[in-house]
Amino acid sequence: MMGARIVALFVKEMLALFKDKRSRFVVIVPPMIQLVVFGYAASYDLNHIPYAVYDQDGGSAARALLTRFEGSPTFRLTHNIQREEEIAELIDARKVLLVLQLDSRFGADLGAGRTAPLQVIIDGRNSNTAQAALDYTNRIVSGFNQDWTSARGLRGPPVRLITRAWYNPNLESQWFFVTGLVGILTLVVTMMTTAMSVAREREQGTFDQLLVTPLRPVEILIGKALPGLLIGLFEATLVVVIAVFWFQVPLQGSLIVLYTGMILFLLAAVGVGLMISSLAVTLQQALLGAFLFMVPAVILSGFATPIANMPEPVQWLTLVDPLRYYLVIVRSVFLEGAGFPLLVGQMWPLGVIAAVTLALAGWLFRHRMG
Amino acid sequence: MSANVRPRSGSKRVNRRLRGLLRKEWLQILRDPSSIAIAFVLPVALLLLFGYGVSLDSKHVPIGIVIEQPGAEAASLAGAFRHSDYFKPQFFDTRQEAVAALRAHRLDGIVVIPSDFAARAKGNRDAPVQVIANGVNANSARLLSGYVQGVWSTWLTRVLDARQIPMAQPVEARPRIWFNPEVRSRNYLVPGLLVVNMTLVGALLTALVFAREWERGTLEALMVTPVTLREILLGKLLPYFVLGAGGTVLSVLMAVYLFQVPLRGSLWVLAVCSTLFLLAALGMGLLISIVTRNQFVAGMVAIVATFLPAFLLSGFLFDIDSMPAPIQVITHVIAARYYVAILQTLFLAGDVWSVILPNAAALALMAAFFLGLSRRRLNKRIE
Repeated sequence: MMGARIVALFVKEMLALFKDKRSRFVVIVPPMIQLVVFGYAASYDLNHIPYAVYDQDGGSAARALLTRFEGSPTFRLTHNIQREEEIAELIDARKVLLVLQLDSRFGADLGAGRTAPLQVIIDGRNSNTAQAALDYTNRIVSGFNQDWTSARGLRGPPVRLITRAWYNPNLESQWFFVTGLVGILTLVVTMMTTAMSVAREREQGTFDQLLVTPLRPVEILIGKALPGLLIGLFEATLVVVIAVFWFQVPLQGSLIVLYTGMILFLLAAVGVGLMISSLAVTLQQALLGAFLFMVPAVILSGFATPIANMPEPVQWLTLVDPLRYYLVIVRSVFLEGAGFPLLVGQMWPLGVIAAVTLALAGWLFRHRMG
Repeated sequence: MSANVRPRSGSKRVNRRLRGLLRKEWLQILRDPSSIAIAFVLPVALLLLFGYGVSLDSKHVPIGIVIEQPGAEAASLAGAFRHSDYFKPQFFDTRQEAVAALRAHRLDGIVVIPSDFAARAKGNRDAPVQVIANGVNANSARLLSGYVQGVWSTWLTRVLDARQIPMAQPVEARPRIWFNPEVRSRNYLVPGLLVVNMTLVGALLTALVFAREWERGTLEALMVTPVTLREILLGKLLPYFVLGAGGTVLSVLMAVYLFQVPLRGSLWVLAVCSTLFLLAALGMGLLISIVTRNQFVAGMVAIVATFLPAFLLSGFLFDIDSMPAPIQVITHVIAARYYVAILQTLFLAGDVWSVILPNAAALALMAAFFLGLSRRRLNKRIE
């Protein structure tokens, strides 16, 4: 009896969502396109950064150093400068991100065994890009230094540093961001579909009718939550497939762990969506509520900027953000091959969020009458 | 209703009709305070949250220092890490313990000082110190290794100086970072966040407006009155423009006074560019709601077309020059891209016309395009 009622409600919900062609379209197509576009766009790696050279020396040593920059895929030489003023012109107009300046004593200093300075002028308007560009510059310079000293039989420093990055040896930020997008896009679709479901009926007055049917609030809750959960699962599977086969992100861990985390996350997202939906009296309020939750949830999830950099009070806020936990799960399963023992700490908060929000949503069904 | 049946009217009557519409819209805004909340509360709350929350400047990064054999050399290197503001070091005796902590996400990186470090360093033989970073977040890993390198070379220079061994460094890069010498990430993130906020506000304010009237059928009721389509559009645009402008002013004030981002450009340029951007954002919202006529679809399109692109494709976080060429082409249709370029320049560099003029022109073009298209689509759908 109860099963049949839930099925009936479930079928009705799916129809309400998918009978409209455009609704079907916006739920399925844009997230896929976005994963592909954003997957390529979201990266802190620098490629073909435009730079200019102001070589006042012009000697062979200077040439040798500059050739290394020309050969690097990170940089793209766009201008050769003749006058000092051109530096400001190019950087101000954002024509180049950095200017390498070698003064006239560069070759002489180098030949005499003195340290020769390489002036690096960087546009700091985007401080992260500036820092990364400086980092790449330093790496090229230290490569040059090593070869220069060993070619001349000079001894380098007696001790040295060897750096290795685990799980992502080439430090590809694409892996990090594509796995992050898997979480964001799943959240957006799930939240939007569930946030509308109760509010739409409230606005049209059909929710009151639903309440006087033999359906119990629990059954209404299940009937309303299931479509969101299924759509979310479908969407998440789709983006995971794209991440693995299109972007070639290595999936090290097991699918069972991934899907356990995914279902818990979806339940939490559905719970928040339904809660917002049952609080709202109109569709507009529900949409606003969904936005108001989603935007901070995305920005403070650790997707682009680490949570550890946030001040304490903001870090506490992120504790109620389901995306925060899910991103750790997705990234750990994909890149580190993490199993349950490591991820339990991320999974139980999701379960708690899901339980609390779903219970609240069910309670609100009855206690908040439009 | 079609254009030629529309009663010709003197400018006075147009004004009166427009005034009527504006009054109606204002009343609607005042009675359902959600619009005011979007325009004022949303930007303030988001800017506060993000301005404080979003930062790429790491501090106190948990790092493990493995000292396999205690000694003076190892202790002095460990001390260098302890005194760095960037790290919060924990000390381990064996590599295994540190690796376990790294795997459990309790550490972001490990520095291993091997047992023969002292002997090798004294003997001037090659003594490698190993650094292991968790590379899952590539950017953080790169920053971490950069900072380790920094601590390391400072320490090395000091040690070599004390032993009077000249450091063999043929070429030294001397950076000068313009506009933001202390490399404060907030200085570029806050202008960018302002753009994300205003994109959201602009689209939200208008995206749902028309869709709601379509769903309720009130737009058709409006159509049979003598008001022209242009008046309907203006009646929608003007009130929300005023709200959005208020939100922008608030956000700029917060950026300057609360977050202490320097504003080096002139205010009137900022005002003109912000007006253009707001018109483009509102125009896009209007177009979305006119085309979709459905609040669910409008909401979905608004978030897909505004928030995420403004966040990811505007150059606010991710460098546009580094994106693959086809993606760079796509960024040209994102209004936020131009506004981000303008704001970062206006705030940090000043009135650089070679940046401002082309970007402002692009914004003007987009505003004209969206508003013009809104006007056309509204017309077509009615007949």
